[in-house]
Amino acid sequence: MGTITFTEYDGTSHEVEFADGESLMELATSNGVPGIDGDCGGEASCGTCHVIVDDAWIAATGPRSDEESQMIEMSPECAPNSRLACQLKACAGLDGLKVRLPEFQM
Amino acid sequence: MDAGRVVIVGASHASAQLCAGLRQGGWAGEILLIGDEPSLPYQRPPLSKALLAGEATVADLLIRKPEFYEKERVVFRQARVTLIDREAATVDLDDGETVGYDRLVLCTGARPRPLDIPGADLAGVHCLRDAADTDAIQRTLATARRAVVIGAGYIGLEAAASLRKLGVDVTVLEAADRVLQRVTAPAISAFYDRVHREEGVDLRVGVGVAAIEGDAAVTGVRLADGELVAADLVIVGVGVVPNVELAQDAGLAVDNGILVDAHGRTDDPAVFAAGDCASYFDARYDRRLRLECVSNAVEQAKTVAATICGKDKTISALPWFWSDQYDLKLQIAGLSTGYDEIVLRGDPRTGRSFACFYFAEGRLVAADCVNRAQEFMFSKRAIGEGLSPDRALLADPETPLVSLLRAPSVSAG
Repeated sequence: MGTITFTEYDGTSHEVEFADGESLMELATSNGVPGIDGDCGGEASCGTCHVIVDDAWIAATGPRSDEESQMIEMSPECAPNSRLACQLKACAGLDGLKVRLPEFQM
Repeated sequence: MDAGRVVIVGASHASAQLCAGLRQGGWAGEILLIGDEPSLPYQRPPLSKALLAGEATVADLLIRKPEFYEKERVVFRQARVTLIDREAATVDLDDGETVGYDRLVLCTGARPRPLDIPGADLAGVHCLRDAADTDAIQRTLATARRAVVIGAGYIGLEAAASLRKLGVDVTVLEAADRVLQRVTAPAISAFYDRVHREEGVDLRVGVGVAAIEGDAAVTGVRLADGELVAADLVIVGVGVVPNVELAQDAGLAVDNGILVDAHGRTDDPAVFAAGDCASYFDARYDRRLRLECVSNAVEQAKTVAATICGKDKTISALPWFWSDQYDLKLQIAGLSTGYDEIVLRGDPRTGRSFACFYFAEGRLVAADCVNRAQEFMFSKRAIGEGLSPDRALLADPETPLVSLLRAPSVSAG
């Protein structure tokens, strides 16, 4: 258990409690965080769950995979810390994690 | 926001998104979600993939967890809506109750097109639309060894791939002269034809099916030329028909789908439709469309939610699709119908990774990308921005795709 904070593009924050093993995409959609769609259900197929990890947390989450890079790097809002939320699993080591959302999902 | 009641008919991708969109848009009133399946909305695409292959259960596939509906005060009720009375603004349920609405959203989806041949109702003959179908297929699979799949569209081919994964002998029968004929270019059909044969499928195109044979349970499929193909499992995937009867009986305009405007409204301002059941006018492709895909359900649901909440939004996102078969991840951006030229990046005749771009009058309109996520995302963006990338550069694998996004005619952002 722990909390993760999603901050929308307009600055609105959502603090969400998690159980270990849930993906950030599932957490966002099940908690009604606007701006994360997760159309494909978590297969890294749609690129609609783009999040940007806070600098302080990138060491804890690790870098994105090649698969994620292929999806995200075409986004005009791609940042060095961009990830697909469906590929980030919540765990004790990520308690307190902060991510922000791009203005648009592709 | 007036605090009335939104009634959603059908538990689906569209309705899950509606529940979220209504609350995000500020709807403070009641939300009643009526579905005729026992489950809250779940993801249907995995039915022919992970679920059929036994790698997931419906509980794993809920689009949003039960806590979401509780927290957002969405009431789920398992029932079938039998009648809409627009004058009284009520719906009748099959359990005898009548429920009033202030806004009604029809997310009734589509149902498998029935196969009108003798034997189609034998035990062991299945279609593939909901979790109950997958359960029934799995019960047949407990003893089945030889499967026939009728129809080589995406559902049929995905089912064939999942069955091969389970070690079942599979024959695929297609009436058209190539697989995926309705939706892809010949080069892509040839690619999927090759892969399915490489994976051991007995694939037959241009064949008619005369009957399904058996006493109580299916034993074979009789072809139009008289040959009998032995089978103890038959999966029929020959398309779907939209569930429009409720709307039609209520006097709403229907024409291959419930007709909605760009805001998702039917011709009754209190009634909306979204998803596979809805037909809308697409500004990008300049024609009326009824799409059968998750991205369309989500976009239409977002639009309806915004409209109900008094916001100005139209159905505008680029439709996209995906299909998983074997080790192939096909991602499709846009609609290729009406294309006049294709550009290939990579070679579909060898290997398992390439992209096929579809152009109409010089403009990129769609792309089929097999194990090419980057080409897919490039296409989503380029089509969305109305770009016409240079075709020779696009075909050259050495051209960085991102360089083709800097079109002079398009303003940044």
